[in-house]
Amino acid sequence: MLLVAPAALYVAIFQIVPVVYGLILSFTEYTPLQRGAPTFVGLKNYLALLGDSDFLGALWVTARYTLQVLPPTVAIALVLAMLANRPFRGVGIFRSALYVPHIVSLTAVSMVWLWMYSQNGLFNEILGVLDMSPQRWLNEPSSALNGVSAMRIWKALGSNMVLLLAGLQTIPKTLYEAASIDGAGAWHRFRHVTLPGLRPMLVYVIATDIIYLSQSFAEIFVLTSGGPLKSTTTVNYLIYTEAFEHSNMGSASAMAFVLFAFIAGLTLIALRGGRER
Amino acid sequence: MTTTARRRRPARSHLRRSRGLNMALLLVATLLVLFPFLWMVSIAFTPADQAFRDVSLFPSDPTLENFTTALTVGNLDRAFLNSTVVALVAVATNCVVTVSAGYAFAHLPFRGSTVLFYCLLATAAIPVAVTLIPLFLMVSSVPFAGGNDALGRGGSGLIDTLGGLSIPYLVGTMSIFLARQFFLSMSRDLAEAARIDGASELRIFRSVYLPLSTPIIAVVAVFAFTGVWDDLLWPLVISSSPRSQTVQLALTGFSQSGNIQYGPLMAAALLVTLPVLVVFLFNQRHFISGLSEGAVKG
Repeated sequence: MLLVAPAALYVAIFQIVPVVYGLILSFTEYTPLQRGAPTFVGLKNYLALLGDSDFLGALWVTARYTLQVLPPTVAIALVLAMLANRPFRGVGIFRSALYVPHIVSLTAVSMVWLWMYSQNGLFNEILGVLDMSPQRWLNEPSSALNGVSAMRIWKALGSNMVLLLAGLQTIPKTLYEAASIDGAGAWHRFRHVTLPGLRPMLVYVIATDIIYLSQSFAEIFVLTSGGPLKSTTTVNYLIYTEAFEHSNMGSASAMAFVLFAFIAGLTLIALRGGRER
Repeated sequence: MTTTARRRRPARSHLRRSRGLNMALLLVATLLVLFPFLWMVSIAFTPADQAFRDVSLFPSDPTLENFTTALTVGNLDRAFLNSTVVALVAVATNCVVTVSAGYAFAHLPFRGSTVLFYCLLATAAIPVAVTLIPLFLMVSSVPFAGGNDALGRGGSGLIDTLGGLSIPYLVGTMSIFLARQFFLSMSRDLAEAARIDGASELRIFRSVYLPLSTPIIAVVAVFAFTGVWDDLLWPLVISSSPRSQTVQLALTGFSQSGNIQYGPLMAAALLVTLPVLVVFLFNQRHFISGLSEGAVKG
């Protein structure tokens, strides 16, 4: 019990107290710069969010970003995992190399993509070679979020692949052999052996991806600062500006709890959809 | 899709051909995935006056000037020191606190320990945004720090200090979970034998189990290190001057100016990435097992 005490104490003080404190703050108006105390305003912050076009916009951006990054990254990672699941000499090198984008910080990889999207960057060079006019990738409201999404799809491949590979390796080889004997083709083996065997891991991957993606901040901060015209302002980014640029701790806290509910909702949908039928 | 499974009695040439195709696809995919990093390295070594024209994957006259610029212009050297100090503190506290807690949860159950464990684990699901603001306010009102009075008012508390910076990283809830899973998979017979010999519980943990737990200590250390090293949001909130800047924060300094100098920026990004890359190369197994253990057993 003595061994648990430091951990329990830490979590109580720096995790549980902040959640309660944050919940209280979300019912108050509080601007620390004015040196006053928080004033209780009831549900006002939450009600205001319902009609706040910036917040609703950010919620929409967050949902779109999460849902347009998730399917491609999981699908590509699955293909890569299946390619890397075959034992041959040197496969370990590929597995490690594919994992590299995951271990490099979001900030650093965003810097690389910032250059790739820049006026004289890689993408415009390629367009130039193809005789097409350069694009202002991250500076157009219509393309900025897609640009950030492409980066994040690439960034999330590594961890997803490693997890799906671990999942693939738990599927007994005998199942594939039995399916082959029964005359199942490649597609049927994938559909009736691989996918069911992978289901628990697939659900885990999708749930954790949802949790990470819907809290996007660093890549937005580096690549677009939420612009242009707020087209890439995620809820997390909005909370940051609301709390630490406009110093509205109360309404920012309310946003945080709505985001919490949003993430929990999406995750539950994913978990429920993935349950064995 | 023949790649996922071998046919029962495959023709040898067919097998070889499909294996070749498999490797070729994997090679192309890997190169595509690594492509941005190749450019990062290339631009870091390209002289500044060439950075906006004739950039090529292999710079014609590579230079180190971007690295010297990165280290002198930005606040990178101080940031390296700050990040290293905080990361080492976090590694130490995580290894001690989470490994011992994980051991106790696995082998020394007490009344309510299961409930407590799940309570701790549940906090891992709380989004960062929820605790960000309260933690910031708490750190800013630590009594007697940064000009604060006994009630934590009047000054800035631990804002802009390494102490305030390190607070969210000290104990990782996921690490407690991983440590518990690790010790659950270890036999209790060892402890029983030592207990019969009259060893104290602390002694059993220290002399019997701890020497066997290098793998989990490595996983916890890797998690703690990268957690500190790669974070941006908390340093951004808590640091207001170069004296508490971290590497990622210093890195954003290079991209926030109107006229971005990509040479020094990539050099800085490369320098900041290098330590994590080295830790990864020497600890690959632990990176990956930490990731998948949580999934398989969770």
